[in-house]
Amino acid sequence: MHEEKLIYKIRDNFFPVAGLLATVVSLGVLFVLIIDVFKDGYMRLNLQFLTSYPSRIPEKAGILSAWVGTVWIMVLTAFLIFPIGVASGIYLEEYAKPGKIKDFLEINISNLAGVPSIIYGLLGLQIFVYFFKMDRSVLAGALTLSLVVLPIVIVATREALKAVPLSLREASFALGANKLQTVVFQVLPSAFSGILSGVILAMSRAIGETAPLITIGALTYIAFLPTSPFTSEFPFITFQGLKDYFTVLPIQIFNWVSRPQKAFHSNAAAGIIILLVISLFINFLAIYLRIKFEKYMRRR
Amino acid sequence: METFTKIEAKNFCAYYNNKIALKNINIKIYSNKITAIIGPSGCGKSTFLRSLNRMNDLIENFSTSGELLVDNVNIYAKDTDIISLRKKVGMVFQKPNPFPKSIFENIAYGLRIHKMFKNYDELYMKVENSLKEAALWDEVKDDLNKSAFDLSGGQQQRLCIARALVIKPEIILMDEPTASLDPISTAKIEELIRKLKEHYTIVIVTHNMQQAARVSDYSTFFMQGEMIEYDETTKIFTAPSNKLTEE
Amino acid sequence: MKINKNKIIEKISEGALFISASLSIFVTIGIILVLLFETIEFFKEVPIIKFLTEKQWTPLFEDKHFGILPLLNATILTSLIAMVVAISFGLTIAVYISEYIKPEQRMIIKPIMEILAVVPTVVYGYFALLFVTPLLRKIFPDISTFNALSPGIVMGFMIIPIIATLSDDAMQAVPKWLREGGYALGANKFQVTTGVVIPSALSGIMASFILGVSRAIGETMIVTIAAGQMPNLTFNVLEPMETITAYIVQVSLGDTPAGTLEFKTIFAAGMTLFILTFILNIISYFLKNKYRERYR
Ligand SMILES: Nc1ncnc2c1ncn2[C@@H]1O[C@H](COP(=O)(O)OP(=O)(O)O)[C@@H](O)[C@H]1O
Ligand SMILES: [Mg+2]
Repeated sequence: MHEEKLIYKIRDNFFPVAGLLATVVSLGVLFVLIIDVFKDGYMRLNLQFLTSYPSRIPEKAGILSAWVGTVWIMVLTAFLIFPIGVASGIYLEEYAKPGKIKDFLEINISNLAGVPSIIYGLLGLQIFVYFFKMDRSVLAGALTLSLVVLPIVIVATREALKAVPLSLREASFALGANKLQTVVFQVLPSAFSGILSGVILAMSRAIGETAPLITIGALTYIAFLPTSPFTSEFPFITFQGLKDYFTVLPIQIFNWVSRPQKAFHSNAAAGIIILLVISLFINFLAIYLRIKFEKYMRRR
Repeated sequence: METFTKIEAKNFCAYYNNKIALKNINIKIYSNKITAIIGPSGCGKSTFLRSLNRMNDLIENFSTSGELLVDNVNIYAKDTDIISLRKKVGMVFQKPNPFPKSIFENIAYGLRIHKMFKNYDELYMKVENSLKEAALWDEVKDDLNKSAFDLSGGQQQRLCIARALVIKPEIILMDEPTASLDPISTAKIEELIRKLKEHYTIVIVTHNMQQAARVSDYSTFFMQGEMIEYDETTKIFTAPSNKLTEE
Repeated sequence: MKINKNKIIEKISEGALFISASLSIFVTIGIILVLLFETIEFFKEVPIIKFLTEKQWTPLFEDKHFGILPLLNATILTSLIAMVVAISFGLTIAVYISEYIKPEQRMIIKPIMEILAVVPTVVYGYFALLFVTPLLRKIFPDISTFNALSPGIVMGFMIIPIIATLSDDAMQAVPKWLREGGYALGANKFQVTTGVVIPSALSGIMASFILGVSRAIGETMIVTIAAGQMPNLTFNVLEPMETITAYIVQVSLGDTPAGTLEFKTIFAAGMTLFILTFILNIISYFLKNKYRERYR
């Protein structure tokens, strides 16, 4: 009798205790990871690290080409995914009629979201690098990464549009606005922060992506920068940099982790601190915008 | 004022997913009159009202048969221009649904999409006039740039009326426009509606008999998709010809 | 005239939107064609039977063998380890945050949990190789520097948010009246959770598991960094082994000219990966739809 009671007690407390434990352990792992990386890499964090090219000598090596490459790729990716992702989301949510074509597009996007990123690397290698002869350029890299994260933008756009109430659309239609006017003047502005949150979330995913860029042949050791887009002569801007070779922060980190010397591992850890800070910052920005969007929608 | 038949339904039926929601509606609605549609919830009042500006086109699997004439033209004919129809037939909804913009922009939106002004002065003037017409001007003239959400429910509803008026419709449809409002706001809107019939033909849905009696010239009673009564309001409320209406 | 102009603009814009939306179809077609083309070329030189049954994968050696089994084995083993971690933690957390804590607390824990999925995978690779493996060595003294266990565990933590979040969504979608039905019969919280909520949300929970497996199979950097780049057909998770994804990275890092047999191998390997994840993604899509439809 007494034993039975004990079993009940254990049973009824299983989820509160185990759940709390699992949550604490998961977040603890995250915490340990951050501490470990910080401990390994903080002494390499200085201006010289940010302004030096990689080098054979660990103490002289830096992430200049890596972070500049990352900036290039991220800016370009943002420009590519924003219009295409939002347009696709709008089509699926506002225009596509329920039916076979819509189902097919939906299944397709849901699958693409789950295709391993390295497969996109193989696609980019054959299509962008070889077929369109872009070589291992910044442009080829940004195009490849855009394909990887496009489903995130599409899904987020749809969610944001779905949250816009029917009454807003009806009010617009009742005034004789057509679909395009309703979408552009009423629905999109209301959904904007939700959509933006999705785009930024996609960026936080893109910034850490390594495999597809290695697959298209991004170099792991680069001691120069893509041509700067700013020039002193008219028209003061050049796109030459798009055709240049590049590397990115996660690839540089990978390169350093793969080496046996401990000193390079410190470099990797220092690079990771920077990468982590940026990814987490971008992610928090996305969450902030999402919460703002949800609050705004509840006010209506 | 001379009145004539503004809207006419001839054996008009409406269906959702092939399930009938309106059965053989025959009615003549007169210009510059207020016509109230009364009936229990789910009897098809909104369906009829939303058929008049083809709002139901937004719903999948909605279909109609018979004819629905506005100014003697069947609005369900193939070549109907829905945009012009909706410009001519304005609508006010049950819950105030202002756009998430300023008070000014809420009214200006219709003028912008129909390009109904030449310069800012004309735009401003039209916004001002419609706010006056909707008896809201005095309350908001100093904060036209404030968000429409900062207004009270009753003010929001009058804003929605002003928004419908500004593009000069001939008919205004109102679907239980006071259902979500307090008695004082309701009284203001009812007074406004009575004033508006001078220039507009008004069709109002309500499930409140007293309201129908207060504001309307004509009343019609719907039941399970059928029109079972239609006459001048005074006659209906003194001597209903149908037993059901009495209850 | 004006109306016509508006109509034309509307038609054009709808067309442009449709083209954007169909881009995703071309991406899928592109992936399939690219993989298929090189894979067919590959099978012209290597019989498919050998690819599927040989026990060695040594395309980069003198004595070439093209058996996918060692790579597949490593992929499955690391994924298995990851799923043990991810499911036990993820599901427990999902039940906990869905049924046992306040909604406001859930709103805070969920985004923090998501950080586990935001950490770039190279970072996890670093952590597995330089922190977790040395830690495991204290328990298993003969564990290799590169092994399947450590990246498997770390990958599991990366996948926890997928399972926790999606399972929580599925349980949240179970209507209140179903839970009340359980309580009305005198069941307590544990009984309602295990007897009503979890079974009702099962298709959503299964969808999250399958999505997790798909993620594990396709994960690249963690296993490349911490499991090693040596094809090794073994069940000993303390030994180094090379997954399909790690092999693709290994070849990509070298300078492999297009058209060579080596080059074609990464597409055959990629095809295997694509087919596996494709099947899993489709199953999870339909499972997810099932629970969404049921409680609409
Ligand atoms: N979008 C819809 N889809 C299917 N049936 C509907 C839809 N809208 C209304 N109905 C049905 O049509 C009937 C009339 O509805 P409605 O016109 O909204 O009634 P009322 O406004 O008088 O309350 C109801 O039986 C309702 O269930
Ligand atoms: Mg109604």
